[in-house]
Amino acid sequence: MARIIGGIATSHIPAIGKAIAQGTQQQPYWKPFFDGYNPVHSWLEKEQPDVVVVIYNDHGLNFFLDKMPTFAVGAATEYSNADEGWGLPVSLPFTGYPEMSWHLIESLIQEEFDLTTCQEMLVDHAFVVPMTLLWPDRRPIRTIPIAINTVQFPLPTPARCFKLGKAIGRAIESFGKEHRVVIIGSGGMSHQLDGERAGFINKTFDITCLDQIINDTAALSQMSVAELVLLAGVQGVELLNWLVMRGAMTGSVSEKHRNYHVPISNTAAAVMILENGTALASSGKSRV
Amino acid sequence: MATSAAPVETRESLQDAYDRIPGTIVFDSRAAMKGYALNKMCYSFNSRENREAYRRNEDAYCEAYQLNAQQRLALKHRNVAELLEAGGNMYYLAKWAGIFGMTVQQLGAQQRGITEDAFKEMLLRAGD
Repeated sequence: MARIIGGIATSHIPAIGKAIAQGTQQQPYWKPFFDGYNPVHSWLEKEQPDVVVVIYNDHGLNFFLDKMPTFAVGAATEYSNADEGWGLPVSLPFTGYPEMSWHLIESLIQEEFDLTTCQEMLVDHAFVVPMTLLWPDRRPIRTIPIAINTVQFPLPTPARCFKLGKAIGRAIESFGKEHRVVIIGSGGMSHQLDGERAGFINKTFDITCLDQIINDTAALSQMSVAELVLLAGVQGVELLNWLVMRGAMTGSVSEKHRNYHVPISNTAAAVMILENGTALASSGKSRV
Repeated sequence: MATSAAPVETRESLQDAYDRIPGTIVFDSRAAMKGYALNKMCYSFNSRENREAYRRNEDAYCEAYQLNAQQRLALKHRNVAELLEAGGNMYYLAKWAGIFGMTVQQLGAQQRGITEDAFKEMLLRAGD
């Protein structure tokens, strides 16, 4: 059976992709941010995941307002990146895993998550930047992208996102092949690009979030989307992706690493490793 | 069945909650209806050819997407606040801003009404 070994929350700011492309990771502005990924590389090296489920939000590459799914699951053999309009180099494609994607889709729809299925899907910086941060050497690993709408309000509620994560966790662990799965929650932390409040960063809220994502998911899940915008900024709603990732942790969760750094571009940046213990999942049965 | 869930919010109460957030226009149904043509045009700027076509003849490009006068004026002013007011969504506007090489710091400074250096300083201080 597939097993979820853990989750990684990470920012996906486009400027990170530019810094990687330009090789400026060791410059003073970037070093405190990129050094935060060394423990992540060690953890991935030790744990050797072979499938990654990426919970992210599309910023207008694959989806436009003509058709905007709240939840969309990729089921393609390959996922390409493309020009997003403001100069980030286009990444090489990523390998998909259609058989497991369809298992997730079937399981999630059985659990009444009426999502959109995508046999073709471009993945934007919110998918590419975390993959590049985690595996700078582009190690081959099979990917399943799951996109959450953060563009067109109404957005799914934090509670709904957490429940979706739980259903994803059950779906993964009921897949009948041996895999070691890691889940990425892409985005965050607090930031806002638009309005008179542009440049808004809320360190106090972010630090609370980093604690609560481990040990008080009820507090995060109870928030309304409007509260989330107020406290995290308009684009800080990407915390929804983190909540899906956290929901998918089926066992006892322990924090293995965190790094929080302000600012990267207009954003409070963070990376965190959540290890998924076997305590609750050892029966090998899905816990519906 | 839904007894333990939070009460369902009405469209009005949701909009009120969004409107109470300071300095922020949430991209809700009102903005969606107002800004569709503008956002559709900006979405087209994922393509380099379209970015170049816009640069060559801005008026003709806006005409093809049937933008209204408010939207065209905001584009001419290169003014993000006006574009948001005209129904623009920041994710698509960023593609338009990319045509002119405007960074998110420049866009933020413009909306705050401060210099780019002051905006960057503000971001640095947010980490203290």
